[in-house]
Amino acid sequence: MTNNKVKIKTEKLDVFYGQKQALKNVNLEIFNREVTALIGPSGCGKSTYIRCINRMNDVIETCKISGSIKIDGQEINNKQIDVVRLRERIGMVFQKPNPFPKSIYDNVAYGPQIHGLADHKDKLDQIVQTSLKKSALWEEVKDRLDEPGTSLSGGQQQRLCIARAISVNPEVILMDEPCSALDPIATAKIEELMEELKKTFTIVIVTHSMAQAVRVSQRTGFFHLGNLIEVDTTDKMFKNPNNKMTQDYITGRFG
Amino acid sequence: MSKEELLKKRYRAEKRFKFYGLTSVILAILFVLFLVNVIFSKGKGAFSRTTISVEVDFNTEKLEIKNNPTNEEIQDTDFYDLSIESLLNVYKTKGLKEEKDLIRIFSPDYEFEIKNFIIENKGFLNKTTIIELTASDDIDQLNKGNYPRHLPEERRRISDFQLLIYDKLVEDNKIQKTFNTFLFTNGDSRDPELAGVGGSLLGSFFTIIVTLLLSFPIAILASIYLEEFAPKNRITDFIEININNLAAVPSIVFGLLGLGILLGTFDFPRSTPLVAGITLALMTLPRIIIPCRASLKAVPPSIREGALAVGASKVQSVTHHVVPLAIPGTLSGTIIGLAQALGETAPLILIGMVAFVVDLPSSPVDPSASLPVQVYLWSEQAERGFVEKTSATIMILLTFLITMNAFAVYLRQKFERRWS
Repeated sequence: MTNNKVKIKTEKLDVFYGQKQALKNVNLEIFNREVTALIGPSGCGKSTYIRCINRMNDVIETCKISGSIKIDGQEINNKQIDVVRLRERIGMVFQKPNPFPKSIYDNVAYGPQIHGLADHKDKLDQIVQTSLKKSALWEEVKDRLDEPGTSLSGGQQQRLCIARAISVNPEVILMDEPCSALDPIATAKIEELMEELKKTFTIVIVTHSMAQAVRVSQRTGFFHLGNLIEVDTTDKMFKNPNNKMTQDYITGRFG
Repeated sequence: MSKEELLKKRYRAEKRFKFYGLTSVILAILFVLFLVNVIFSKGKGAFSRTTISVEVDFNTEKLEIKNNPTNEEIQDTDFYDLSIESLLNVYKTKGLKEEKDLIRIFSPDYEFEIKNFIIENKGFLNKTTIIELTASDDIDQLNKGNYPRHLPEERRRISDFQLLIYDKLVEDNKIQKTFNTFLFTNGDSRDPELAGVGGSLLGSFFTIIVTLLLSFPIAILASIYLEEFAPKNRITDFIEININNLAAVPSIVFGLLGLGILLGTFDFPRSTPLVAGITLALMTLPRIIIPCRASLKAVPPSIREGALAVGASKVQSVTHHVVPLAIPGTLSGTIIGLAQALGETAPLILIGMVAFVVDLPSSPVDPSASLPVQVYLWSEQAERGFVEKTSATIMILLTFLITMNAFAVYLRQKFERRWS
């Protein structure tokens, strides 16, 4: 590993949705400028985990989170943290592409606008262009920035959502099964993109595809029924996992 | 039963179902056509007005007026003798009874009409000219062919002598039928030929404006708060149930509320669009809140999450993303709510809008009528002129309602295209 600095560290993380415990005592370290893949059967808590990092679980009223989540050593799981500032630092891409029903330009410009990152139009244009270039969409949409984001194909929409996420220059990008609604060609494009993005950003990706985890990630965590069963380098996890359950899951014996 | 038979049976059931459905649609259309036909055939007469040509000699000496009078001076002049003289010139009469009969073929506003004519056309002073004066209700109906002239005289309101005059006037081409502008410009009147919906149009207009200004912002804010911000707990559940209950409360109950609180406790002016507007706003609030909340609910949560995830605050995610998407549903809900309020009669009767108001209201605090109440008032009158005016008012009211509903549909379709 090139850079072994810990970016996100969770300790004794418990999450409850009402009576149901979704995460049990999760201790996980996510390293800077790496892709960390989270795998596990449906309902195992992977998505819940990443939604804790940018506090998206706040939206769910019945959700109770206890334990420690530190980003660069700063505790974020408390009331003092401003979630708006936090989410500016930690972008998120969702399972289903969800561009705003606005123009392609406005989709990307929205984040910089509300955070006041561009004080004039040229700067905003420049941010939009860089973000779209970084998300490998610029060439396809540069002539039609006024068209609605929803008119793009699924894969393009997802890259637009990535552009939207990186437009505010976050430190971390959370991806919640970003390719599960896409065809293989669009998936390949997103994976290529992640290779490029990890040079600048720390990426956490939830995925159901073992192959994808192997292709894109340096580190993999395996969740099962709310427990973090095992986490290690992707290489080790897929070749020689310590835990029998991990072994069974990645070889397709359950899940 | 074999598989073949079962299949046939299923197809037969489908055909039967389609037939029933089609029959109901056709029946519904027939009812609507029947209704429209009845209203239209009864009401179309009200859109025309019968006038009688009368020669008037505006002799300033006889009128005892200067040669170059101001409007006020003409207003203050007595035109009665000149009017009577001109009317009596229309047909040769002997005796007071015949004179009275002759004058009664005109609407009682003849003096006012002649005066207004000369105020607007001062050039005719000291000249003789022909003026179209409004005919009385009975002559109007006779001219429109609605009057049973074959009845014996004692059962008619028009005397034989008046019929004689009428026939002579028709022969001389002195009876005209023109478009009835009075219907739209005049207030209510005891004389059907002079009565118009001008006052009630304005009354309804002011009422709807008050209703809109009160109910729209309150309903929008309430639904946004309840849908997007309020915690889901017992209190909000209770509020939600009660909003649904309120929407089902009969409108007359809101009328009682307006009567008791607005008129009784706060002493607001009776029979005014202000009170009507507030009362209808209370009635309309839940009817707007429900569709507003539904259209907010219909915005996919992924849009909210997308906005929150780039760091929008809760208010920003709502105002920048959720509300714009909910606007078409919100607006059409509002318009349909207002259209219902526009057609509401019962609560207005309770807050005194049934008063007989001749003057046009100039503000929401002037006493006035409203369209649906005008329909109610005129439908109780015996004169034929009011019968056709009742239907004409229904036509006008329906035109407004259909226009509003069409606008709601248009808004919904126009804005919904940019959706997903």
